[in-house]
Amino acid sequence: MSRIPLSALIGLFFTALYFLGAIFAGVIAPYGMAEIVGDSWEPASAAHWLGTDSIGRDLLSRMIWGGQVTIFIAAAGTVLSFVTGSILGFTAAVAGGWIDQALSRLVDLIMAVPSLIFALVVLSVMPVTMVVLILVMGLLDATRVFRLARAVAVDITVMDYVEAARLRGEGRGWIIFREILPNALSPLVAEMGLRFIFMVLFISTLSFLGLGVQPPLADWGGIVKENKEGIVYGIPAALVPAIAIATLAISVNLVADWILNRTTSLKGGRGA
Amino acid sequence: MVKLVIQRVALGLMLMVAASILIFAGTQILPGDVAQSILGQSATPQALANLRAELGLNDPAPVRYVKWLGAALQGDLGTALTNKQDIAKAMGQRLGNTLFLAFWAAVISVPLAILLGLIAVRYQGRWPDRLISGVTLATVSVPEFLLGYIVMFLLAVQFRVLPSVATVYDSMSLGEKLNAIALPVMVLVLVVLGHMMRMTRAAILNVMQSAYIETAELKGLRPFTVIVRHAFPNALAPVVNVVMLNLAYLVVGVVVVEVVFVYPGMGQYLVDHVAKRDVPVVQACGLVFAAVYIGLNMLADIISILANPRLRHPK
Repeated sequence: MSRIPLSALIGLFFTALYFLGAIFAGVIAPYGMAEIVGDSWEPASAAHWLGTDSIGRDLLSRMIWGGQVTIFIAAAGTVLSFVTGSILGFTAAVAGGWIDQALSRLVDLIMAVPSLIFALVVLSVMPVTMVVLILVMGLLDATRVFRLARAVAVDITVMDYVEAARLRGEGRGWIIFREILPNALSPLVAEMGLRFIFMVLFISTLSFLGLGVQPPLADWGGIVKENKEGIVYGIPAALVPAIAIATLAISVNLVADWILNRTTSLKGGRGA
Repeated sequence: MVKLVIQRVALGLMLMVAASILIFAGTQILPGDVAQSILGQSATPQALANLRAELGLNDPAPVRYVKWLGAALQGDLGTALTNKQDIAKAMGQRLGNTLFLAFWAAVISVPLAILLGLIAVRYQGRWPDRLISGVTLATVSVPEFLLGYIVMFLLAVQFRVLPSVATVYDSMSLGEKLNAIALPVMVLVLVVLGHMMRMTRAAILNVMQSAYIETAELKGLRPFTVIVRHAFPNALAPVVNVVMLNLAYLVVGVVVVEVVFVYPGMGQYLVDHVAKRDVPVVQACGLVFAAVYIGLNMLADIISILANPRLRHPK
């Protein structure tokens, strides 16, 4: 903990910046989310730091509001995928037998279909609301968390202390939450960063395709979609949210790498 | 060995059937009624009844599934709700376009990834290795549509060397078609290159620890010859595997890239019809995408069984 490497510091800084921007969007955004304040695609100026978008809304404000939506959906999806994925994964590892088989084969099956394709299939009949998006993305992604959680928990369930807990008659709930969860936490936390990025990319892709967050609500993928016609005329407005997505992804990656290195070095593995 | 391959093929076919159930079920999980959600709340009861009859919603779900899959296996994918066109016919042309795009992306990216991987191993830890690793790491962290717009902004708008929109017709010559798809192919190459190159590098580095590599070095072979002749063949199985996985990924990545470049392929077709809530088209596209994806994954397993004698005799 004493020395944080530079790359992790940069990652932490930008990650914190984006999250603070998302939380305090209402305070720092100079204009409203859907407020039309000028002509379409005005260049950057003192009044509009990033210029205006395709119908004359302040791009910086829309970016900040959009960041709030994107990060909120991604975070909610990540939490959902971790809660369902890890509980089911631990259950499969502890229970074993047919429960393990049924869950594992179901997960294999869901992972055999590309998640973007499956999400599109489901969204073709579902109403596209924020709740549905979070549910679809979170549950699809839970399959990956399930695999990791199960793999980690299978190693832990054979430990003596789990055996001891079993012998003194603890229930399955106790074993999962009090014995396995604390010991499986560090690899799961490192994975969480990667899953969060995946969620950001997923929701941005869906919104870019017009099947995610619906206008007038802003989100980063949606802003790319709204401004993509400008590219052909040499107006880079669509690149702004895309760069935001990329920097957020890279900085969360840097933090996750650092956490991963730290936890493995604690266990005497490769360290940073 | 033949038995293992047959087992793997059977598993793949089973997975495809299961995936078709999943795709079918995916459009049925709505608590309400598919017809209602397609037409919206304001639909008249008459319109709802018509659509239900048209979709065959009056039959129970398993019956509809068997009918749908049976027809699909005979090449009849049904008709689109929105324009009453035959889906199989509309899809044939687009599937060809998509495979054309994916084919060129694969032809360029696979040798390039392997070559870059070999160079990175040859100069391990020095600047060519670091440069290649850094650039590929950057391309991995960036979403496909961002790469698409950056490439379009630079090459099509600022420098005007390539067309920004990839429109292809039947009457175009191969050269014209290649020029039209240059940008989307470039994006797809960048998307898969990073992962393939990193895995190639890791697989070869793994082999470089072996005693026979040291022997080859000691008998005075040039470093690059050692890598190409001695290390690479032994790292072939993981490399082939990762190449196939990336080709499978290519099939999915193509969805987004096609929308960016307005390319008349399967991805565009799927996305358009999801927005229109045209369930038969979406199911058909989902089925084709899933089949290609599972098929390539299956091929990856079979090739690695063939390439690695150790996998032929499981304990």
